[in-house]
Amino acid sequence: MLTRLKTQVPLFSMNSYTKLGEKLKLSGLSLASTHSHVIRLGRHNSKMAVCIAVIAKENYPLFIRSVPVQNELKFHYTVHTSLDVVEEKISAVGKAMADQRELYLGLLYPTEDYKVYGYVTNSKVKFVIVVDSSNTSLRDNEIRSMFRKLHNSFTDVMCNPFYNPGDTIQSKAFDSIVSAMMVQAS
Amino acid sequence: MSPTQWDLPPELCCRPMAFVALTGLDVTYNAIHRAIWDAFCANRRADRVPISFKVLPGDHEYPKCRTKRTSYEWYIPKGILKTGWMNKHLNLVPALLVLFYELDWDDAVWKEKQSECATKVEIVRTSLQGRNTKVAVVLIQKKTPLPPGEDLVASERAASLCNACDLSGKSLFVLPHTDHLVGYIIRLENAFYEHAQTYYYTEIRRVKSHKEFLNKTTHQLLFVRHQFKIAFFSELKQDTQNSLKYYRTAYSLVHELRTHETNMLEIKTMAGFINYKICRLCFQHNTPLDAIAQFRKHIDLCKKKIGSAELAFEHTAWMSKQFQSFGDLFDEAIKLGLTAIQTQNPGFYYQQAAYYAQERKQQATHLCAHEASVSYPTPDHLETPSGALDFYGQRAWRQGHQSIDPPHMEKEKGGILALQMKEKDVPHSELIIALLSNAVAQFKKYKCPRMKSHLMVQMGEEYNHAKDYTKALKLLDYVMCDYRTERWWSLLTSILSTALRCSYLMAHIKDYITYSMELVGRASTLREEQKSRIEKNLIKVLMNEVPEAEPDCDQASAKAAQALWSDRMSLAGSNEFTIEVQDYVPFVQCKAKFLSPSFHVDDPVQLHVYLRADCPHPVRFSKLCVSLSNQEYNQLCVVEEPCKSQDILEASSQENMCLVPGKTRIYSFKFVAKTEDVGKKIEITAVDLMLGSDNGRCVFLNWRGGGGDAASSHEALLAARSFKSRGRVPEQHVEWDTVSIQASTMIISRIPKISVQLSHEPPALNNEMYRITVSIQSNEETVTKDVKLTAGLKPGQDANLTQSTHVTLNGLEMCDESHPALLPDIAIGDLQPGEKVEKCLYVRCVTTGARIFLFHVAYALSTKVEGKDITCRCHKDETVTIETVVPFEVAVKFVSTKFEHLDRVYVDIPFLLMTDILSASPWPLHLVTSQLQLAPTMAAMDQPQSQVEHVVLQTGECASECFSLQCPPVLNGTSSVASGQYLISWKRKSWCADAPVVTTVTTLPHVMVETIPLYVHAELPSFGRVRESMPVRYHIQNRTGLVQDVEMSVEPSDAFMFSGLKQVRLRILPGAEQEMLYNFYPLMAGYQNLPQLNISLLRFPAVSGQLLRRFLPSRIFVKVHLQCLAKARFVQYTTDCCPMDRVSHLSCRSLQFIQSDHGPLGCISDQSSPCMS
Repeated sequence: MLTRLKTQVPLFSMNSYTKLGEKLKLSGLSLASTHSHVIRLGRHNSKMAVCIAVIAKENYPLFIRSVPVQNELKFHYTVHTSLDVVEEKISAVGKAMADQRELYLGLLYPTEDYKVYGYVTNSKVKFVIVVDSSNTSLRDNEIRSMFRKLHNSFTDVMCNPFYNPGDTIQSKAFDSIVSAMMVQAS
Repeated sequence: MSPTQWDLPPELCCRPMAFVALTGLDVTYNAIHRAIWDAFCANRRADRVPISFKVLPGDHEYPKCRTKRTSYEWYIPKGILKTGWMNKHLNLVPALLVLFYELDWDDAVWKEKQSECATKVEIVRTSLQGRNTKVAVVLIQKKTPLPPGEDLVASERAASLCNACDLSGKSLFVLPHTDHLVGYIIRLENAFYEHAQTYYYTEIRRVKSHKEFLNKTTHQLLFVRHQFKIAFFSELKQDTQNSLKYYRTAYSLVHELRTHETNMLEIKTMAGFINYKICRLCFQHNTPLDAIAQFRKHIDLCKKKIGSAELAFEHTAWMSKQFQSFGDLFDEAIKLGLTAIQTQNPGFYYQQAAYYAQERKQQATHLCAHEASVSYPTPDHLETPSGALDFYGQRAWRQGHQSIDPPHMEKEKGGILALQMKEKDVPHSELIIALLSNAVAQFKKYKCPRMKSHLMVQMGEEYNHAKDYTKALKLLDYVMCDYRTERWWSLLTSILSTALRCSYLMAHIKDYITYSMELVGRASTLREEQKSRIEKNLIKVLMNEVPEAEPDCDQASAKAAQALWSDRMSLAGSNEFTIEVQDYVPFVQCKAKFLSPSFHVDDPVQLHVYLRADCPHPVRFSKLCVSLSNQEYNQLCVVEEPCKSQDILEASSQENMCLVPGKTRIYSFKFVAKTEDVGKKIEITAVDLMLGSDNGRCVFLNWRGGGGDAASSHEALLAARSFKSRGRVPEQHVEWDTVSIQASTMIISRIPKISVQLSHEPPALNNEMYRITVSIQSNEETVTKDVKLTAGLKPGQDANLTQSTHVTLNGLEMCDESHPALLPDIAIGDLQPGEKVEKCLYVRCVTTGARIFLFHVAYALSTKVEGKDITCRCHKDETVTIETVVPFEVAVKFVSTKFEHLDRVYVDIPFLLMTDILSASPWPLHLVTSQLQLAPTMAAMDQPQSQVEHVVLQTGECASECFSLQCPPVLNGTSSVASGQYLISWKRKSWCADAPVVTTVTTLPHVMVETIPLYVHAELPSFGRVRESMPVRYHIQNRTGLVQDVEMSVEPSDAFMFSGLKQVRLRILPGAEQEMLYNFYPLMAGYQNLPQLNISLLRFPAVSGQLLRRFLPSRIFVKVHLQCLAKARFVQYTTDCCPMDRVSHLSCRSLQFIQSDHGPLGCISDQSSPCMS
C-alpha cells in the first residue's frame, strides 16, 4: 500500500505519510493483531457479512456493498434504518463521556432474517455490518475484529492525499478488504 | 374489516371471568328487579370481583351434558379443541345459578310461597342435569332484617326453606330492598364469587381425573385438549399463575403431536391459540421478556411448518396474524404501563406481520393464477352442515379426519381449489397497508424516523400495487425529502422511479415532469440509458406528446394511461407549469451572483447567471429571466429566444440557448440602478428558466433566491475541502463548484468629490462659545447643487450630551437651552467646480468631557452612466472629537486680618475672603471682570471692586483677590452661614472683541460664625523709635448683656519700659468699652515683641487670653533714634504693627502695591510669584 502510493505521489514524502497514518490510528483504535483474524475469517466462509456499509458523519453513504446484488435496495434500506439506532446510541452517551465511548456499538437490531451491527469512529463515521440471522456461529469477538479491520483500512483511505473527506470511497485496497469479509456471491 | 378465517376468536382474546347466571329477575317490568340488575352490572369498576353476570329466564335451557365417558379404551379423538367449547364455558354453562325470589319472613302465605320457591329451584336443577353448577337462592325482602340470631321466626323459616329446596345454609341469601342496595349487592357477589371458584376447582379436578385413562398412542390429542381445558378453567378461577403453567405444558404437548400435511393447520392453529394465551398472561404478569422469548420460540418452531405447498399462502397469512396479534398484545401492555424501547417495540412485530402479508400476497398471486375457465367448484367443499367447523383448524371437507392421507383425493382437490379461489378475493394490499400504518405509528413513537420513512415507502408501493396512485404519491412525496436531505441517492432514485410510474399512470403532467427532472439529474443513480429514456419522455411531454410507458407497468394500466395522456394533450390551456426546484435536485443547476456585494450608483450593476445541465442529452431552453426585489429591473435581466417545438433536442442555431451536459454556461446582465435605490439592497428573488415553448407545453423551473438546490450546499462544502480547488483552472473554463451564490447587493451612493475641512482650537472650554470653522471645497467637474451642511453633535451618543451641548451659527450671543445639539440642513447653495465656502459654527458645551461632532455635507450632482443621465446625491461625513475642559479653577479661603487661616469667623469682627483663580486652559484667558455677590449674612467692609479686571492669565497662572468682610450678629452662639457667590466674566484672549463674555459663577463656601463675649483691639503707632515714648491704647469691649469682671496684666519685656497699670481688675458694663492707656518706651531697635497683655474673664473662663491675643498686635518695628529719619522713603507696614482699624479700610488693591514694593510679605498668594514680580 505504502509503496504503491509512494510511486504515485513522489511529492508526498513517505515519512510524513506514515506519521499521519500512525496518528490517526493512535487516536481511534488499537492495532491488536488484526492480521491473524483476517486469516481465520478467510478460512471460514460461513462467518461472513452479507452487507458492509460506511456512512459519513452526516449520515449519507460513503461506501455500501452487499452480496446478493439483486436485493441491493433492501440492504440499503436496512443500513439506512439502522442509523436510527446508531444515532440513539451515540446521543445516549453524554458529551463529556464521548471520548471514552466504545466505538463498537454491538447488535443494533435483529430482524427476522438479518442481524445488524454498528461501529462509530471518533469522527462519527459509522460502519454497519449486516449478517445473516441463520449464521449463529459468528461470535461478538469476531464481529469486533471485522470492524477493527474495516476501521484500519478506512484510516488508510483517509490518509490518501488524493481522497477528499466526504467523497464516496473508491479504493481498491478498501474494496479488497471488504470483499474478504463478505460471503462470496454464489 | 369483517373477521376472517385467520382472526383469533373473540372468546380466546377476552379475559375469562366466572360466569354466574341470575334467574327470577324481571328486569323489563319490575323496577326493583331492574335496580338489582343494574347494581350488578352497571359501572363495574376494576376493584369488583371478576364475574360476568347474565339474566336468564327460569326455564332457560342450558347446553345438554353428554353422558360421561367411563372408559377411553376405544375412543379415538377427532380433533384437539371443539370450536364451541370456550364459548360454552364463558357464556352458556354458569358456574353458579342464582334464583331471585320475593319473600319476606313474615309473609302471610309463607307456606305457599315456600313451596313455589322450591318448585322453581327444582326446575332449574333439572335443566342443569349432569352439571356441577351450584344453585343459590336470594330472597328479595322489603324489610330490613334484624341482626342474626334475634329474629327467631326468620331463622326457623330459613331452615325450613333450605330444607324444602334442598339447599345448604350457605346458598340462601337475603337481599333487603333498602337504601344500601349496592353495598348488599357487593357482599352478595363476593359470596357468588366463592361459589364460582369452588365450581371451577371441581371442574379442574374432573378434567384432571381423565388423565389416568389416556394412553400416549391414540390419545395424544386429548393430552393437549385436557391441558388446555385445565388452563382455561384456571383462568376462569383467576388463578393465572397455574393457568400459565398449564398453557405452557399444553404448548409443549402440541409440538409433540405427529405432524403431517392433513393436520398441520390444526396444530398451528392450536399452537397459535396457546401461544397467544401464554404471551397474554406473561404481559399480564409484567414479565414482557418471557412473552417475547415465548413468541420467538413459537415463531422458530412454526416458521418451517408450511403445510400443503398449494396452500402456502395460508401459512404466511397465519404467520402474519401471529406477529400482528403479538404486536397488539405488546401495544396493549404498553398502554397499561409497560415501557418499550427503540429496539424492542410493537412496531417490529407489525412490520414483520406486514412482511408476511406481502409474502402472502405474492404466493397468492402465484398460486391462485387460475385460468378464467376454472370456476368455483360445486358442490362447495367449504360448506359444512352446521355452517361452522366442529374443531379448530380442520378442513371443512374432512372434519374429524386424523389419518395421514386425505380420505378422498377428489374432495381434497376441490377443497384446495375453493380455498385458492377465496384467497383471490382477499384485499391483500388493504391488509398490508393497515399493518404498515400500525408499524409506522409505533416507530414514530420510538424515535425511529428512518424506519418510519422506510415503512411509508413500502406503504406507498403497496398503494401503487393497489392502483391507488394518489395515495401512493402522497406518501412517497412525503418521505422523498427525508432521503434527499440525507443524501441516500440510491433509495431516492428507487422512490422516484415508483413515483414516476404512478404519475405516468395517472397522467399527472406536473408530477411527471418533476420526477423526471430529478431522475435525469445528478442525484439519480439510474444507468445512462435509463436516464436517456426518461429525458426523451420528458421532451415528449414538453412538446405536448404522449410519453412512452414506464417499464413494469401492466398492459391494461399502461393502455388506460395512454388514453389519459391523449386526453390531456387535446385539452387546451393549463399547459404552463411552474416547478419550484429549490428543494429538489433537478437536472439543470443554477447559480446566480452579483459580481460585487455593493455597487456605486454611478456604476452599472453586474449580474451573472451560471447554468449547467446534468442530463445525458443537450437541452434547449427558450427563456431565462431573473426576478429582483425591485421589479423594475426584471425586464433588463431576460434572455429569450422563441424556439420551434421540434428542435428541443437539436443543437440550437443560436448556441446561446442550449445547455450541453457537463458544461457551465454563463449569462451576464448589466443594468443601471435607480437613484431611489441608493442605500437599499437589491436581491435576486428568483431565477426562472423556461423549457418548452408557448405553443407546446412550457415549464418554468423556478429557483428561489440565487439558485442552488437540495444538494448544492453540500457539494459546495466538499468542493471547498477538495484538493482540486487549489489547482489552477484555465481562464475561460469555470469550475462549477467554485462558483458561489451572491443573491444580494447594496446600491451605495456615489463617491463624493468634495473636501470638508475643520479648523478650531481644541479643547473647548466649559460654557464658552467654541468656534469651529468648516471649509467646504468642491472638487467635482460640474456644478454641485443644493449643498447642505448638517453639523453638530453626532447622534447616537449619551443622551445627556444632547442636553448639555448647544450649537448655533450666531457667534455674537450666548446660546442657551433653546438651541439644538445638531443643526440639520444648513443651506449652502450651489458650488462651482473648485469653489470653496467657509462656515463658522459655535458650540457651547455645558459639561466637560469628550464629544463627537458630525459635519455632513450633502449635495446633488448630474452625471452620465452608460449613456444615461442620472442625478445622484452624494454626501461626505467628517467627524471630530472635541474635549471640553474647565477654563480655570477657583479656590476660596477665609483669613483673619493678620492673614491667619480661619476655620470660623467672629461676629462683627472683620476678616478677609481670598479667591484664587488658577487657569487650566491651554489658551490665554482674558478675565474681563469679577464680582462678589454676598449673601445677607455677610457684609462688605467697603465697596468691593474687582481687582482682576482685564488680567490675562496664561496656562498655569493664578490671579488672586482679597475682600474685607464681616458678619453681622447671629442668633445663637455659633452657626454656619452662606457666604454668597463669586462671578467671573472671561473669554479667550485670542478671540475678537465682540465675542460674548462668559460668566462663570462659583458658589462661596459656608462658614462658621461665632459670637465672642469680649473684644480687644489695640491702637498704637505704626512704628516706634528707640527711647522715644509711644502711646498704646487698648480698647476692651464687653459684647455680652452682663457685667464683666476682667483681670488684666501686662508682662514685662526686655525691649520696652512702659508706664500704665501693670495689673488691674476691671468691671465693664454690658455693651461698654474700657480704654486702657500705656506708654511704651522702646529700648532696642528692630522688630520687637510688645509686652504681652494678659486678659482673663472671670465669668467666661473658656475665653482664654490666647484667643483674645489674636486680635492684638504682638510686635512693632522700632527705628533707630533720630537716624536717617528724614531719609525714610517708605512707610512700612507689617501685619504685626498695622493698626486694626486701618487695615480694615484698606482695599486689597493697595495691599498688592505694598507687596510689590516690599516683596518679603509674600502672604497674599503662594503661587503669586511669577505674576506679581
